[in-house]
Amino acid sequence: MNYFPDEVLEHVFDFLTSHRDRNAVSLVCSLWYRVERFSRQRVFIGNCYAISPEKLIKRFPGLKSLTLKGKHHFADFNLVPYDWGGYVQPWIEALAKSRIGLEELRLKRMVVSDESLELLSRSFANFKALVLVSCEGFTTDGLAAIAANCRFLRELDLQENEIDDHSGHWLSCFPDSCTSLTSLNFACLKGEINSASLERLVARSPNLRSLRLNRSVPLETLQKILVQAPLLVDLGTGSYVHDPDSETYNKLKTTILTCKSIRNLSGFLEVDPRCLPAIFPICLNLTYLNLSYAAGIHGSELIKLIRRCAKLQRLWILDCIGDKGLEVVASTCNELQELRVFPSDPLGIGHDAVTEYGLVAISIGCPKLHSLLYFCQQMTNAALITVARNCPNFIRFRLCILDPTKPDAVTMQPLDDGFGAIVQSCKFLRRLSLTGLLTDQVFRYIGMYAEQLEMLSVAFAGNSDKGMLYVLNGCKKLRKLEIMDCPFGNGALLSDAGKYETMRSLWMSSCEITLSGCKTLAKMMPRLNVEIINEHDQMEICPEDDGQRVGKLYLYRTLVGPRKDAPEFVWNL
Amino acid sequence: MSPLLLTADEGEQSNVSSSPTVDCISQNGSGLKECNYMGLSDCSSVDCSAVSSSSEEKKNNLNLKATELRLGLPGSQSPGRTPELCLLNTGKHDEKPLFPLIPSKEGICSLLQKHVVSGNKRGFSDTIDVFSEVKGSVYTAGNWMIHATSDSQPPQSVGQGKFPGNSGMNVVPSSMSSGACSRILEFSGKILQEDPCSTNGISHNHKTASKNNSSAPALKAQVVGWPPIRSFRKNSLATTPKNSPIALFVKVSMDGAPYQRKVDLRTYSTYQELSTALEKMFSCFTIGQCGSQGAPGREMLSESKLRDLLHGSEYVLTYEDKDGDWMLVGDVPWVMFIESCKRLKIMRGSDAIGLAPRAMEKTSKRI
Repeated sequence: MNYFPDEVLEHVFDFLTSHRDRNAVSLVCSLWYRVERFSRQRVFIGNCYAISPEKLIKRFPGLKSLTLKGKHHFADFNLVPYDWGGYVQPWIEALAKSRIGLEELRLKRMVVSDESLELLSRSFANFKALVLVSCEGFTTDGLAAIAANCRFLRELDLQENEIDDHSGHWLSCFPDSCTSLTSLNFACLKGEINSASLERLVARSPNLRSLRLNRSVPLETLQKILVQAPLLVDLGTGSYVHDPDSETYNKLKTTILTCKSIRNLSGFLEVDPRCLPAIFPICLNLTYLNLSYAAGIHGSELIKLIRRCAKLQRLWILDCIGDKGLEVVASTCNELQELRVFPSDPLGIGHDAVTEYGLVAISIGCPKLHSLLYFCQQMTNAALITVARNCPNFIRFRLCILDPTKPDAVTMQPLDDGFGAIVQSCKFLRRLSLTGLLTDQVFRYIGMYAEQLEMLSVAFAGNSDKGMLYVLNGCKKLRKLEIMDCPFGNGALLSDAGKYETMRSLWMSSCEITLSGCKTLAKMMPRLNVEIINEHDQMEICPEDDGQRVGKLYLYRTLVGPRKDAPEFVWNL
Repeated sequence: MSPLLLTADEGEQSNVSSSPTVDCISQNGSGLKECNYMGLSDCSSVDCSAVSSSSEEKKNNLNLKATELRLGLPGSQSPGRTPELCLLNTGKHDEKPLFPLIPSKEGICSLLQKHVVSGNKRGFSDTIDVFSEVKGSVYTAGNWMIHATSDSQPPQSVGQGKFPGNSGMNVVPSSMSSGACSRILEFSGKILQEDPCSTNGISHNHKTASKNNSSAPALKAQVVGWPPIRSFRKNSLATTPKNSPIALFVKVSMDGAPYQRKVDLRTYSTYQELSTALEKMFSCFTIGQCGSQGAPGREMLSESKLRDLLHGSEYVLTYEDKDGDWMLVGDVPWVMFIESCKRLKIMRGSDAIGLAPRAMEKTSKRI
């Protein structure tokens, strides 16, 4: 290998796009490490506290695109207190000071401030893409800064962020000279925006391919926008409510006929089902349909719509579709690869539901299914076994029975065998979430069969430490393990401390581990950050009482030691 | 090769027949704890203790949330007692009832700031008895989240356990596995009689129970972090009205009542439901009148007598339509009715004579 010029190596490495491949390549020898690091443009950091911005910048001076993840996954479910951490500010500051020509920044579960956005917008002349997923801490003022200062902005993608909406003026901050937009998603904004500004923006963005509106954008505006952007590939509607007898609606019907490129459709946060026929003509082209926020579309209308979407590959839906509706999906959408069924009424009372019948129907009709997120009322082993047999290609299998310790609905047995069948049959399974009545047995199956498993989410399962041990010992590729409310204690936690350095992180909340166990672990493994999160009210917790149970443990491997920005209630042992 | 898959085909049993390679299966039964379905004390001590300790931790966690969500009745009862509480029987007409019946999607939380988590205080025992036979209606206490304190809570552990099935009764033991904190039900006439809400908690989401309609109360325990749905999505769906885009609130007045009420017509689907709900809503006024007319004391007033009062000779339900005319309720199909109804009025039978001859006979048949 010494006689290859560096340029050749670099050229070869150009073909490696996945960061895992590039990471692997960099470990081969110091030459390859050097070539790789100078040629690397995209870096993915799964835990922003695993490394420091300075080290990142030093290693990859050619960095153009950075992806960062902050808080743990369970922050989505309010298990991580607000000010736990995950601030992007230090990263942006460090990058701004350096000579990095950042062009893309993708953040997930991080705290982003207006100040950060402002700094970002001013520091990188060639900045092109900002993607924020489940972030918080900023307002529309920050967005205004991005709009105003990033002259070559192509992508502004806001997904499910908590944004303080001060006003709709941010949209008007895009200068008239900005014509480079390809993707704009502000569906999560709650406030009003200026329709005229939006229309003008779309009119001067000939490359716009993805546009997702928020619920304040009326149907009239949608129609006008579609006239300007017939090449849209990805559309998220705003308020899809209008009088179906009106001229506006008729205009929309005509306009939509010209939008032959739309492949992804989402939105419908507000919807009058009588207006749905307007989109029927494009349904046959759809490959991605997200109606998971469309609570206003019910069973029969939903089914009418889905019957026309024969080419769907990804479907996100609410459980008001019912088992019958899923049967329709199964018979219509034979190309389906990803299905997500969300509960339509997480806070209230609902009569609608899906059960194991719907899932079995899907497995029969959609053999290409590889990703599943399924919130349901009940499940049975028999159904899971059938699904496992019909769909051996699962990569992601996440089942959530809303009653988390519910047994097999027919036999009242634990669901161990059902999940066991899944892991045994699906040899490429990378992500698994379990619910239902589950004993240590299910973990034994997982340890035995889930060889490719990388992420496991468990709640209210298992009987003893053995459960966790099976997983730690068996799943060689495990990277993320998150556990809540399981009877796993210090024995399990400490059995294979070295394992945690091969993983990104471990989360255990409301389990049986005690402070002494965590302290022991922290001492054994200096390259792990072992954090205990104490809720604000638990001031009675005394750092000396090692016997007390730990409420929340979050540990992760890191190269930079305990973080300096941890709040008071987070103890780094 | 794979015993699980091979044997599973045979039947519906989850206890697959044993195979030599996976002996764990044959020991399936013995490997399992003998938790009974109710998840009571049969559970292993590990589970139980895990649960109870985590419940203490969670209690602290949840107290913050509890204050914004908890709903407690003035005469809170432990689960399992007969639903005897009624909401409007306080007789304090000038005081806003703690449990107004107006369905409000999310705003109920604000009303419940003055929750009464008072265990078994029976402040209204006398008047409560009056309505002891009220059943299947909006006002049945069983349909309310009864916040039981730790004293009254049955000894149950969550962990591996399950909760009893439900009927209309939703009970929230306060120190359930994770310091249960009740979420607010969407109060609407037809919904309440069945399902407990699927809340951010261990929601024994007995949507299937609506098919079963068993009679045991549903236990609602709230666990932070359950169900695992992104809070953004949860909040978003909470603010999006589900069944119809517009709620149709109309005023309901009754002759002689000191104040009017409002009902959301969209929560009912038949005249019968509306009538029943209105009866309940205005029954307290009727009782007062009944008393003053020398009817037997409150304690002996039964549901049927109430009905008689409202149906038979005393009251007639009328509405004002889009044209401003006062019409008798019940003539047109329900859907047409709710589209044209602007407000409702419960008229005294004597006043209604002019409205339609034989109005009283009509109403006693229809309503």
